[in-house]
Amino acid sequence: MAENRKDARSPMRGPGSMPISFEKPRDIKTTMARILAYLRYSKLQIAIVVAALLTSSGSMLAGSYFLKPLINEYILPGNLRGLAFALLCLGVLYLVGVCAAYIQTRFTIRVAQKTINILRSELFDKMQELPLEYFDTHTHGELMSLYTNDIDNVQMMLEQSLTQLFSSILMFFGSIAVMIMLSPALFSITALVLALMIFISTKIGKKSRGYFQNQQKILGELNGYIEEIIGGLKEVKVFNHEEAAKESFYKINESFRQVATKANFLAGIIMPVMVNLNNICYAAIAVMGGILTLKGSFDIGSLAAFLQYSRQIGQPINQITNQINNILAAMAGAERIFNVMDQKPEVDGGNVTLVSVEKNEDGTFSEVPGDVKTGIKAWRIIEPDGKARLEPLRGDVRFYNVTFSYDNKKLVLKNVSLYAKPGQMIAFVGSTGAGKTTITNLLNRFYDIKEGLITFDGIDIKRIKKESLRRSLGMVLQDTHLFTGTVLDNIRYGNLNATDEECINAAKAVGADSFIMRLPQGYHTVISKDGANLSQGQRQLIAVARAYVASPPVMILDEATSSIDTRTERLVEKGMAALMKERTVFVIAHRLSTVRNADAILVIENGEIIERGSHEELLEQKGRYYELYTGREILE
Amino acid sequence: MIKQLYSYIGNYKKYVMLCVMFVMVDVVCELMIPLLMSKIVDEGIPSKDIYFIVKNGIFMVLLAAISIMAGGLNMRFSAEASQGFAANLRRALFDRVQAFSFSNIDKFSTASLVTRLTSDVTQMQNTLLMCLRMLLRAPLMLVCAIFFAVSINARLSVVIFIAVSLLIAGIFLVLRPAEQKFAEMQKKIDNLNGTVQENLTAIRVVKAFVRERYEKQKFKKSNDALTEAAINAGNLISLIMPLMMFVLNGATLIVIWFGGRMVAGHEMGAGSLISFISYLMHILMSIMIFSMIFILFARAEACAKRILEVVNTKIDITDNDDTDHKREINSPLVRKGKIEFRHVDFKYAEGGRNVLSDINFSIEPGEYVAIVGGTGSGKTTLVSLIPRLYDVTKGQVLIDGIDVREYSLKQLRDGIGMVLQKNVLFSGTIRENLMWGNENATQEDIEKAASYAQAHDFIISFPDGYDTRLGQGGVNVSGGQKQRLCIARALLKKPPILILDDSTSAIDTATEARIRKSFSENLKDTTVLIITQRISSVKNADKIVVLDDGRVVGIGKHDELFENNRLYREICNSQQEGLVI
Repeated sequence: MAENRKDARSPMRGPGSMPISFEKPRDIKTTMARILAYLRYSKLQIAIVVAALLTSSGSMLAGSYFLKPLINEYILPGNLRGLAFALLCLGVLYLVGVCAAYIQTRFTIRVAQKTINILRSELFDKMQELPLEYFDTHTHGELMSLYTNDIDNVQMMLEQSLTQLFSSILMFFGSIAVMIMLSPALFSITALVLALMIFISTKIGKKSRGYFQNQQKILGELNGYIEEIIGGLKEVKVFNHEEAAKESFYKINESFRQVATKANFLAGIIMPVMVNLNNICYAAIAVMGGILTLKGSFDIGSLAAFLQYSRQIGQPINQITNQINNILAAMAGAERIFNVMDQKPEVDGGNVTLVSVEKNEDGTFSEVPGDVKTGIKAWRIIEPDGKARLEPLRGDVRFYNVTFSYDNKKLVLKNVSLYAKPGQMIAFVGSTGAGKTTITNLLNRFYDIKEGLITFDGIDIKRIKKESLRRSLGMVLQDTHLFTGTVLDNIRYGNLNATDEECINAAKAVGADSFIMRLPQGYHTVISKDGANLSQGQRQLIAVARAYVASPPVMILDEATSSIDTRTERLVEKGMAALMKERTVFVIAHRLSTVRNADAILVIENGEIIERGSHEELLEQKGRYYELYTGREILE
Repeated sequence: MIKQLYSYIGNYKKYVMLCVMFVMVDVVCELMIPLLMSKIVDEGIPSKDIYFIVKNGIFMVLLAAISIMAGGLNMRFSAEASQGFAANLRRALFDRVQAFSFSNIDKFSTASLVTRLTSDVTQMQNTLLMCLRMLLRAPLMLVCAIFFAVSINARLSVVIFIAVSLLIAGIFLVLRPAEQKFAEMQKKIDNLNGTVQENLTAIRVVKAFVRERYEKQKFKKSNDALTEAAINAGNLISLIMPLMMFVLNGATLIVIWFGGRMVAGHEMGAGSLISFISYLMHILMSIMIFSMIFILFARAEACAKRILEVVNTKIDITDNDDTDHKREINSPLVRKGKIEFRHVDFKYAEGGRNVLSDINFSIEPGEYVAIVGGTGSGKTTLVSLIPRLYDVTKGQVLIDGIDVREYSLKQLRDGIGMVLQKNVLFSGTIRENLMWGNENATQEDIEKAASYAQAHDFIISFPDGYDTRLGQGGVNVSGGQKQRLCIARALLKKPPILILDDSTSAIDTATEARIRKSFSENLKDTTVLIITQRISSVKNADKIVVLDDGRVVGIGKHDELFENNRLYREICNSQQEGLVI
């Protein structure tokens, strides 16, 4: 009876709204199979959903049929007792239908949400394992939209589209079957109109698709223009370009209005056409049925029931087209999600791990359980013969003839060889894009080299488990990123096992304690939005404390102080000094104060190391470093 | 709020009226059909009047035909009205944003402004479209169907009124707590998206500290919380359809019982009973649709607020005169390029701390002035006051002896060439980009400006020369080339005052020296202000202004400052000398 099964939650998707997208998935079958595979965890619930769906559709179909006996056998003959009994039966039937419908939606939501939960977790988990290259080649917006749009579409499909499609199909064929049973002659009229409806709706659909694509194209232009002008708004102001910008905008805006109006109109017109074709069908049946009845070959009860079915039959057609569009959109989204899931994770073939050890009296080491804090760590190396050997962690880093390219086209590093002995501080100097950051990125295997060799304490870093390798390297980057959470949480990010006290000590050691204590809730102040409530220097200090608490033997400081003013730098300097003590340090900096004290300065140009030496030695050489340092140009 | 939004429908209001009209026609036609059907059953069949039956049938078909037309026209006019509304809204937003001052711009992030102009407007358009197409029908349908039902049988209509009140009460009971549950769910969604966003921006940190597992756990927590909230909200919503069916079916049963007795007692025809049930359905359906208004409006409200926030933002820097045009004519022109700061204080927000304090110095026409100081010392802010990107909080900025607020914004900014720190090029050819500086520039002017900025050579090395197309944001040129193009663009203005805000940072030192040389040869009369990190660019300046924490702590030439000014010496030694690459 409820002829209009619209979902109250999504008014936007009712008939008459714009088709969301006409994006076509590439391989529906595989993708669908893959999504349905996620449902395997809820087999029982799905069985319940299907049973409930059959029950509620069945009760709806049967309910309409009841009109025939009600009118013919009880109402017209005036059999009130019979009528009461029949209505009672009908009531029970309806009640069963209502309960089934409730059970169906409730379980569908549960199943859909659980499935989406798993899908979302798997997607996120997978993303954590992807190499950095993936994040370099995909924008944040692109990846975010997996969570905001694509998952949503899949959820919509699981929660509504599939069940509605199923029930619409059931209702459609069920109605047809009952109609044929009631009167094959009258059904021929319905069939004719149905054919007409399907024909017209595909015709209009095709046409409106064309307009819609056109609309999307101009919408892209319009949004692109808005994005560009707003992105460069300050430029627009400085160049008095407002009026010109407005003029161009008005033009695109107007042409979009025209195209969108047409697209909207065509997408909408399907509705009244379908509804009224249905009404015409209704009229024809009333007339034909009336004539048949007065000729005696039909009866009023059957006519009433038949009319009821013919009213309902238009609805499933609308639903089916709508739901198929939604399902296609969901499939396209699912394909993007699965595409991420199918990406190759970071390669991690190493079996050398970092373990806690204690020193024996004879100078050798023996492994202790991970939770025992000895302060001494060693590499656990499995020899080819299967025996494990321990090698103390020292922080000796060497590059042998490393050549690297991000895109296999342009070489970023050419044949780079370098060494850093434990406790040494190595500074990289060179112009932007010379390859300084790349060197450090290769060391912690953010990217893998294809030529050459990098060793850590004499071990090829490809043999070291990534987790262990990165645990032995600390990093402070130029743009600090903090996480939503308290200051303490953020410091602890460096070492999840650190106690509150250890975190506070780290903050003290790097000189962050004094400003943290001045924050409203001290160490428990919540940092939000990447530390928007802190100054650049303060954020940097927290990042330094975070690295400090991790206490790795090797530190990488990538322009860590470049965006800090001199005043703050003095503050951070102390922290930096604490951080660098007794560690092997790689520093990329452009400030003399940092670089001058380095054990070795490496001058890099176009991916090659062109000079190496201490500050004094390099000045003496009067080479590139000397030029950079004195600012003298060859021009004059 | 609705009133203001309604005003943006503007010249499309007539379409709204037409929509109302045609929906009315449509609804009446649609509701007439069951009535005619009942006539066929109750009058035509018993009297065996085939002519009567066919006549009514044709009448029904005619009504359907009118209904198609009315419905189609409604679709057309609703599309017109809603798209027109959206276009007006976008235009109002765009105009407003173009009038924004820098501090207005700073208040909104670029991304949020773009969202307001794009998806928020689309959402509003959709809302109006839905209103005109579906929601408008609901009250009309309700009123007409009740009218028809009562006219068929007033006594039976009591059932309708009871069913309607029950349904309204039921919907109210479900939707009220649902609102809160949905708000909770939304919070969980924001939380989850925030977690992902944070993870993406800090992915290097996550990897460097090997925190993948930790992040996964964190995500799992927000994910589970969201799922729980969604199921909670869904459970409530899943009540609505069964509730509707329950009321509808119950009412139908009761109508059949009482109606059946009336039919049996020949008080009314079977056909009337069938059409009565049909009206009952229409009535309850329209209430259901009506209830969607709340959901629809709740969504639209957030968007409307965001849009109106922009439209209603007060612009804090405008020409004093309301009549811009008159002002432009009367405005003085920037001619010589003398700049004076008189005891200028500046803060970005009221109640905030001073970013600049008591700035007091002047620059003579044609001088080459460098401004140095640490990050956050106020260099960019200082130069921003000259073209009135911000207005001083206290004191005065004068150009050629006239307060900058006395100029019209157009004349003032036309007289000042400025290259911003974060410079932007637009999609289009190099020539089009350069002509932002002067739309009437000849090829000769363009080439001259480009060669002053040391850009000519690399431009003509491109296959298409000046007609090379740049992608959005100038993605296909290098950082240094971009900066040189931006300098050329500013030079095309031939401004008496040129301001370069750290805009040579990506240009190598040799090229920069060449630019400096060409400036000193070709722009002798231009006052040049340069903010830079490179001491080599500063050394030969006529005047160096040293800023620290918003105060001028030294003014003079390189040698004097190096001798007498501690901060300057420190900057030279620690920051600048070479090594700034």
